[in-house]
Amino acid sequence: MSDDTPRKSPIATRRQVLAGISALPFMGMLGGKVNAADYPTAEVNTTGLAVTDDKVTVGILHSVTGTMAISETGSVQAEKLAIKQINDMGGVLGRQIDFIQEDGASDWPTFAEKAKKLLVQDKVASVMGCWTSASRKAVLPVFEQYNGMLYYPTFYEGLEESPNVIYTGQEATQQIIAGIDWVAQNKGAKSFYLLGSDYIWPRTSNKIARKHIDKLGLEVVGEEYYPLGHTQFNSVINKIKLRKPDVIYAIIVGGSNVAFYKQLKAAGIDMTKEKPLLLTISVTEDEILGIGGENIVGAYACMKYFQSLPNDNNAEFVTAFKEMWGEEIVIGDVTQAAYLGPWLWKMAVEKAGSFDIDKVREASPGIEFTKAPEGYVRIHENHHLWSKTRVGHALDDGQYEVVFETEDLVEPDPFPEGYQ
Amino acid sequence: MNATFYTRREWIALAVLAALILIVFPATMDVFRLNLVGKYLTYAFVAAGLVLCWGHGGILSLGQGIFFGLGGYCMAMFLKLEASSPENTAIQSTPGIPDFMDWNQVTELPFWWIPFKSFPFTLAAVVLVPVIFAYIIGAAMFKRRVGGVYFAIITQAIAAILTILIIGQQGYTGGVNGITDLRTLLGWDIRTDSAKFILYFVNAALLIVVLLLGQAVRVSKFGRLLIAMRDKEDRVRFSGYSVADFKIFIFCLAAAFSAIGGAMFTLQVGFMSPSFVGIVPSIEMVIFAAVGGRLSLFGAVYGALIVNWAKTSFSESFPELWLFAMGGLFIAVVMAFPNGLAGLFRSHVEPLLAKLTRKSPSPPAPDATPAEAVKLAAE
Repeated sequence: MSDDTPRKSPIATRRQVLAGISALPFMGMLGGKVNAADYPTAEVNTTGLAVTDDKVTVGILHSVTGTMAISETGSVQAEKLAIKQINDMGGVLGRQIDFIQEDGASDWPTFAEKAKKLLVQDKVASVMGCWTSASRKAVLPVFEQYNGMLYYPTFYEGLEESPNVIYTGQEATQQIIAGIDWVAQNKGAKSFYLLGSDYIWPRTSNKIARKHIDKLGLEVVGEEYYPLGHTQFNSVINKIKLRKPDVIYAIIVGGSNVAFYKQLKAAGIDMTKEKPLLLTISVTEDEILGIGGENIVGAYACMKYFQSLPNDNNAEFVTAFKEMWGEEIVIGDVTQAAYLGPWLWKMAVEKAGSFDIDKVREASPGIEFTKAPEGYVRIHENHHLWSKTRVGHALDDGQYEVVFETEDLVEPDPFPEGYQ
Repeated sequence: MNATFYTRREWIALAVLAALILIVFPATMDVFRLNLVGKYLTYAFVAAGLVLCWGHGGILSLGQGIFFGLGGYCMAMFLKLEASSPENTAIQSTPGIPDFMDWNQVTELPFWWIPFKSFPFTLAAVVLVPVIFAYIIGAAMFKRRVGGVYFAIITQAIAAILTILIIGQQGYTGGVNGITDLRTLLGWDIRTDSAKFILYFVNAALLIVVLLLGQAVRVSKFGRLLIAMRDKEDRVRFSGYSVADFKIFIFCLAAAFSAIGGAMFTLQVGFMSPSFVGIVPSIEMVIFAAVGGRLSLFGAVYGALIVNWAKTSFSESFPELWLFAMGGLFIAVVMAFPNGLAGLFRSHVEPLLAKLTRKSPSPPAPDATPAEAVKLAAE
């Protein structure tokens, strides 16, 4: 990637444009410049969305204040980066993307209020947003009632398939099954201890994990849940020591992670020895910033993206991200999934030749994004993404080293037969 | 109503408020904004309860979210059952139960959900469940003469406990997500614009009824006893009154007001979640009352409206800085006018109005004497 990533200059020289384009992950699709005049506003916007002859407005709806801000900030940054890159390439159907950002304030009713404002008052053409399942559940009726389109970035529990949402993160089976197969085959794991924070995602995920462990003929020796924000894990750590599982399967979220991994280390469980081995689906590079790399070194994480992923798309993405948001920044799984949102929307709009929500929805299944940082992805009929599942091994510098990836894309299956 | 129910000035204030929420807002706002105002007004129910319980009775409750939430949950349970008809939930492993129960492997409707299939039962439960709960708290505390800051802390702890309980029992309560995706009330779609319009007026009318009820309590003998209890509790007790019973009554009344607000909230917003039960919303509700003026029922309504309107507009304009602006507003209110907007109105606007109408300024309201202000400030 060249040093000349696109600048925000409205009048770019030819050389800058070329250099800029070369830095973009989307070059292959560019073809020729799309002229807004070829797509008259009256034809591409028949439902009164915020689309003019040279501008289209989208919404960004995440928490930038409150407890979730630490997790959601990365998604906001990724979405802004994607929008900027799309604009530098000429926008969508010749129109520059403008965004209205609203703060969900880590409060589910606020999410619903702001979602409604974006759809009813601002008439945005799509919304990139939400993080927790609770916030998504709060806005879902709003999106379905006012027919909006939400690009939702987080890995989540599944059991949902809304015509008004594109799920750019993994649903539970995509994230879980390949990881358990991997520890069973490569690490000889026979017994599992399931842990989680007490809400819908960890509970559903552990339910799927338990069913799959049963199918493999292996054993679950314990399953426990703790309230969000819980910080005393000593009793469960003692139980783990007593029952000696081969794998601790941890789905602990948010601030609790810091206490959990520190107490695990203090109790003398050295994860680098892999006795027991720790497998998590909830700790991305963002969480390690809080936990500290030295406290989690040796653990394994199963998700679809790691910052260290060795491919050209990702190298370009990481460089562009750091250039926009600073060298110190880390990029986790959800941040990457959030980055896909604006691109997938742009491609669907261009395929449909229209901003109308119904046409975008119709055009979405089958959309392929070859330049995604995680590699090739494709939108399934059920609005989730086909994507690979990977296992990362935590290093002491807070990064993961990718030790395994599925050969093929894993099919999303939000209502898995035999796992409910 | 007797002649002293409202002074002439207070009748005018009521007329202005009623005109504002029944005529001006609906005439000038689109349905989206009007629905937001409707949501703010549901907090005014809680703030009005606090004016009686805290401002007049001297009982500071930092747990009004408990009653707001219980009222809201009762309504949400009814609406959720209606939305979970076997046809709507055909894809679940157990059709006919709420979706979150199905996700949590609950296969049968819990027995205490069953009565909420009945609308009359739900309407009664909206008020009675919170009132009975308030009675239990009140009886346990006031009979033992627990009061003041200890009472505030205990109510806060109960709010925290209830939140944890709701989140922990997610198979029965919806957990952190709350009870979402509510659709119809007795077959009437509450998500449409016309329904929101009607619900706004129902809400506004109920609020005015609650304000009149609150005023009836204020001007009654009981209202004067409340103030006496606040200022010299022992003297009232030695005069032979059962202080605890009066306190329990006013606390239950405030709980009932909050619960009505909670139920109207659920109807207008379309869901209920534990984030309205906990400590933060409970304290916010005290702030609404404090900003409006804790001695004024009308002030409480304005307080709820202004704080929430500021919250919405600050956060729309400065998504990353709005919390600081809100913090600044609260500090400014407490520092500059401890009796809230109503106090400001009395001390500055009323004399001005009096001057304009060439009349002598009215004597200060009996419940806002300087001695009291000093005492309140000292607390």
